[in-house]
Amino acid sequence: MTDLIDRLGKLSDARGISGDETAVRQALRPMLEDHVDELRVDAVGNLIARKAGPPNSQGRILVTAHMDEVGLMVTGHTGDGALRVETVGGIPSKVLPGLTVLVGKNATPGVIGLQAIHRADRKMSGRAPAIDKLAVDIGATSREEAEREAPVGTSIVFATRFANLGHSCKGKAFDDRVGCAALVELLRGEPFPFELYGVFTVQEEVGLRGAQVAAYTVKPDLGIALEGTLADDLPKGDLDVSPITELGKGPAITVMDRSYTTPAYLLSHFIQTAEIETLPHQIKQPGIGGTDAGGIHRTRAGVPAITVAVPCRYIHSPVSVLREDDLRGLVALVDAAVRRLTPDILRR
Amino acid sequence: MDFTLLDTLTQTFGPSGYEEEIRAAIESIIEPMADEVRTDRLGSLIGVRAGTGADGQRKKLLLAAHMDEIGLMVTHIEKNGFVRFTTIGGVRPVNCIGGRARFANGVGGTISVEYREDSSKLPEIAHLYMDVGATGREDCPVTVGSTAVFVGPLIQQGTRLISKTLDDRIGCYVLIEVMRRLQHSKYDVFFAFTTQEEITLSGARTAAYRIDPDLAISVDVTTTGDVPKALPMEVSLGKGPAIKVKDSGMIAHPLIRDLLTQAAEQADVPYQLEILLGGSTDAAAMQLVRSGIPSGCLSVPCRYVHTPAEMVDANDVENAIELLLTLLSAS
Repeated sequence: MTDLIDRLGKLSDARGISGDETAVRQALRPMLEDHVDELRVDAVGNLIARKAGPPNSQGRILVTAHMDEVGLMVTGHTGDGALRVETVGGIPSKVLPGLTVLVGKNATPGVIGLQAIHRADRKMSGRAPAIDKLAVDIGATSREEAEREAPVGTSIVFATRFANLGHSCKGKAFDDRVGCAALVELLRGEPFPFELYGVFTVQEEVGLRGAQVAAYTVKPDLGIALEGTLADDLPKGDLDVSPITELGKGPAITVMDRSYTTPAYLLSHFIQTAEIETLPHQIKQPGIGGTDAGGIHRTRAGVPAITVAVPCRYIHSPVSVLREDDLRGLVALVDAAVRRLTPDILRR
Repeated sequence: MDFTLLDTLTQTFGPSGYEEEIRAAIESIIEPMADEVRTDRLGSLIGVRAGTGADGQRKKLLLAAHMDEIGLMVTHIEKNGFVRFTTIGGVRPVNCIGGRARFANGVGGTISVEYREDSSKLPEIAHLYMDVGATGREDCPVTVGSTAVFVGPLIQQGTRLISKTLDDRIGCYVLIEVMRRLQHSKYDVFFAFTTQEEITLSGARTAAYRIDPDLAISVDVTTTGDVPKALPMEVSLGKGPAIKVKDSGMIAHPLIRDLLTQAAEQADVPYQLEILLGGSTDAAAMQLVRSGIPSGCLSVPCRYVHTPAEMVDANDVENAIELLLTLLSAS
């Protein structure tokens, strides 16, 4: 396993739902400490790493990856000791029943209850239960014990462990720990011709919040959001439809999503970079999802921004699958695109 | 009414995020009328007219009209050459069917809808496709990510004007005419032709941040309640420009509302008060910039907003121009 994939594994296994990203920050620090010129945490919890450019260099680039993942939060307790929960970020409730989860700072194992198939109401059989019909069982035998073990507000993450699958990997939270792994790799590399801020942001999944304040602080000339994005490339029968992205075809470049539109000159810069450097790349199907670029571009007097992502199957579920070469491809494309930036593009 | 100017404005390509063509067209028009013209990082075009007071004493007034328009973006080319698309801004699928679209490279297409078992339900965007005359992916003249706008020429019927993209090129028209006729103002006036209003309001938000004005007024269209079985609304075509009180994204600052009302009375032009239940405008973003900017909106009443055939009344347009000229020229 290479260092890049080893770090992806550590980041994937770190537990950090939106608003509770401390463990991810702690996992990132040792990966960055000897490789950047400054490392600090801002008021909302963003981890800000600065890599200085050459003396008198003109231009400042912001590259973000969000630390937070989707998960659950305890909202109450039942008389028999089960936890009531709400989702944090977008999770379809149909993927939840029967899952193993980790509850709170001590990672207490829990199970999301599921009525036994022998007892299931025939009418409900096969339908997705609503989140308010689900409960997390941590083995507590009373309300008091459950409250003590997991008070209201406790974070819950999927218990999935990272693993290699040949050329691929599986794990939880690839959205966006794969972006974090790519950003670490970029920051550990050679200095860039510009000052580069790598910011590991908070609360992307609940409103692009960390990126907005990070961009306000950094005042960049250009913003690049690194992401793990939807790959829906499994067979679709006879339907004549394009997948949003596909595994193994390189990093996906965003033209437009629901949070922003990439300026045409920036889009061409990335596509031309990929073509000149013969790096694999694909265009993400327009109009889907939202990313930190949406938070960055409208900051202060405006910051041209773009999102580039590693395709991941089954994101916003307990387990995702990605192709290692797509992660390496993302690092290579962004590295090349930043090094090929000209003052003309940065000042446009 | 300068029909040629409005024709240029309404027919020039510029969906949200792709405003280069319309920006170039407006820039060449306002260049001789402005003391300074500049383009922001997100593409908004700003024409500045310096006021008459002493330096450091003048207030900054921002007038914003958005130059972007709703449109379509290609998401998929089928093996038979049919084009699937998503929307840019608030496009209703039912308004697309039977319409034509035009791409930046001049390619035209006709929009149709799949056969559906149950045609009593409104179609979704996924049911629509565009036919650009291609027979396969290989000869299709557009690609995933290509952007298109609706086709809808400008025509005049009495005092009514019908065209695509009166939202908000009519606002751009008002700003240009105000700029052309304005003799002097106590304000430093910033005429902003903003980008991306139809998707995120990001152009106005960022332009307002850089200008840091004392007050901001957007000039945009609003819907009306004067068509058959309309959602009840106290705005009609031809009864004067509408001074916004509230919409679904903002409540106009009372100071701006009063300024506009006083100017209307002083100019002796008819006006209406607007409460818009569905929709918003650049002022909603501008009022929250920095530590807050008192913001309001002057609306041109418009029927059939976000269709390829929107309609405004030329008298409302002229009265909006007169109202703003009076406001800006006041001592």
